[in-house]
Amino acid sequence: MAQQSETRSLVSFAQLQRGRGKVIYWTLLTVVLILFTLVFIGPLYWMVTGALKSSPELAQTPPTLWPADPQPENYSEAWNRLDLAKLLFNTFYYAIGALVFQLVLDTAAAYALSKLRPKLGNLILGLMLATLMIPAMVLIIPQYVTVIDLPILNISLIDSPFSIWLPAVANAFNIFLLKRFFDSIPEDLMSAATMDGAGPMRTLWSIVLPISRPILGVVSIFAVTAVWKDFLWPKLVMPSPETRTISVGIYAFSGGTPQNVVVAAAVIAAIPTIVFFLIFQRSIMSGLTAGGLKE
Amino acid sequence: MAIATVPGAGIDVGSPAPAPVDARRARRNRRLKDNLTGYAFLIGAVVCFAFFSWYPMIRGVVMSFQRTRAGETTWVGWDNYERIINDPSFWTAWQNTLYFTVLALVAGYAVPFFLAVLLNEFRHAKGYLRILVYLPVMLPPASALFLFKYLAYDPSDAGLFNSILKGLGLPTSQWMQSTDMTMPAMVLASTWMNMGGAVLIYLAALQNIPGELYEAAELDGAGLWRRITNVTIPQTRLILSLMAMLQVVATMQLFIEPLILANGAGSEDSATSVVYLIYQHGFFQNDLNGAAALGVIMLVALIGFSAVYARLNAQQD
Repeated sequence: MAQQSETRSLVSFAQLQRGRGKVIYWTLLTVVLILFTLVFIGPLYWMVTGALKSSPELAQTPPTLWPADPQPENYSEAWNRLDLAKLLFNTFYYAIGALVFQLVLDTAAAYALSKLRPKLGNLILGLMLATLMIPAMVLIIPQYVTVIDLPILNISLIDSPFSIWLPAVANAFNIFLLKRFFDSIPEDLMSAATMDGAGPMRTLWSIVLPISRPILGVVSIFAVTAVWKDFLWPKLVMPSPETRTISVGIYAFSGGTPQNVVVAAAVIAAIPTIVFFLIFQRSIMSGLTAGGLKE
Repeated sequence: MAIATVPGAGIDVGSPAPAPVDARRARRNRRLKDNLTGYAFLIGAVVCFAFFSWYPMIRGVVMSFQRTRAGETTWVGWDNYERIINDPSFWTAWQNTLYFTVLALVAGYAVPFFLAVLLNEFRHAKGYLRILVYLPVMLPPASALFLFKYLAYDPSDAGLFNSILKGLGLPTSQWMQSTDMTMPAMVLASTWMNMGGAVLIYLAALQNIPGELYEAAELDGAGLWRRITNVTIPQTRLILSLMAMLQVVATMQLFIEPLILANGAGSEDSATSVVYLIYQHGFFQNDLNGAAALGVIMLVALIGFSAVYARLNAQQD
């Protein structure tokens, strides 16, 4: 009965339970399971084991499925030679900072636009949303020039984490997601809080934020993964070896480093995001579709 | 509201005349205060937008008409545009980028939709399959691209792809060393890395299709293919067309694939993309102004494309 309540899709459920339909369904499912595992996990397996191979074995034809003489020292060499501890720490630091700045400033802005609605609020929202039309790479040069010599303040943010944190706040998509969620919070709840004498800060803190946990989770995940995956911007604004992110560091070292060591470093760089994904996969996948694409 | 306060205020204070004025002033003060509170909550984000989004947009256009040499900035009219268009790689970069975009659209648009339709039919292992498709999206692109560069696209038979091709009895390829294979190889890597998001978005859209529509179509004798073309596609058209546009804008910004897989330009310029050319001019040829001009050209092209696309779509409705 429970199966009946599920909405049907292209092929009806009954059809898949009988005779030929059942056979086709299970064959197809098995084939897809095997193919998907090969296509999506296979390369990761290849990467992890490839980094364990010695250089001659890596160049051997045909390639070995499992390293004949596993060399875990490739990983330790990558760790020491590229100073991965430092690079991982930097990336982590930038990601957490970007998350904090976005959570505080973007939430406050979305709250103002949704609930406090000052005059010109809609104009500001419009100007923010307009930036969604501008592809990021197109702005990279003037943004870089701005960061080298910030107007009015005349300071350079090169090699300063603020050059990652502050531009991350200018994220219209996150503000849009937050505002849309705040819009759905009933006005009664807000006015009840006001009647009880709660100011805007208190209403935000004790009414709005607790209800908004799901959307805050989504925005946090986007914020962290965006910094972790970014490449060109951190490459430009964090040029010193001491301030590099992990992706940029691996790229910078890839020239004069043996392939198996570079791949080992690439594996290490991927571990945090993979672990993060496996922990938060439910929120990540629901967050993807929260982007207002369905309505 | 103002009238309602008059009697009360009159009795309390004993002077009825100034009360409405007071009330009005109080209200105005309150509204001012409310506005100020609103701006206080907005200011942080607005400053960040101003410095890192709005100002650079204007700055990009302004600097594309200037030239800075030895700290001296002068207006040079269209010189930067002329110089960038006359760069021998200019047209190649556009050609490559468009070629990549078209190939990526075929692969990255049709394949995810097909996969989503297929996955939507399964009643088992749903969670596992979804995690699998999305897994590559979580990899840092640099990591994934080194995997492709060193382990998959090895031009000798030691590489993953060549050994699979050989095992299947197919001709092997030189991959990134061959000018013909450069773009398809980049599309393959890029599709593998980025497809997961599209699959999940399509899946969500497919789940919103009311089951009765399929039921009705089936009663009318529509076979599997007819149900896809008459129910599935029309019901997801909006998202399909939106995703196509987003994808074109995203793939036109091709950069990290040529940088890592092809060391930038690739053999005989076969990998140079428009954004790579921007990067080249800005950071290796000491020509930030020319790079900004190319950025403006790209912006105009993409906005033009989006506008035409949106118009065509609106006409269809």
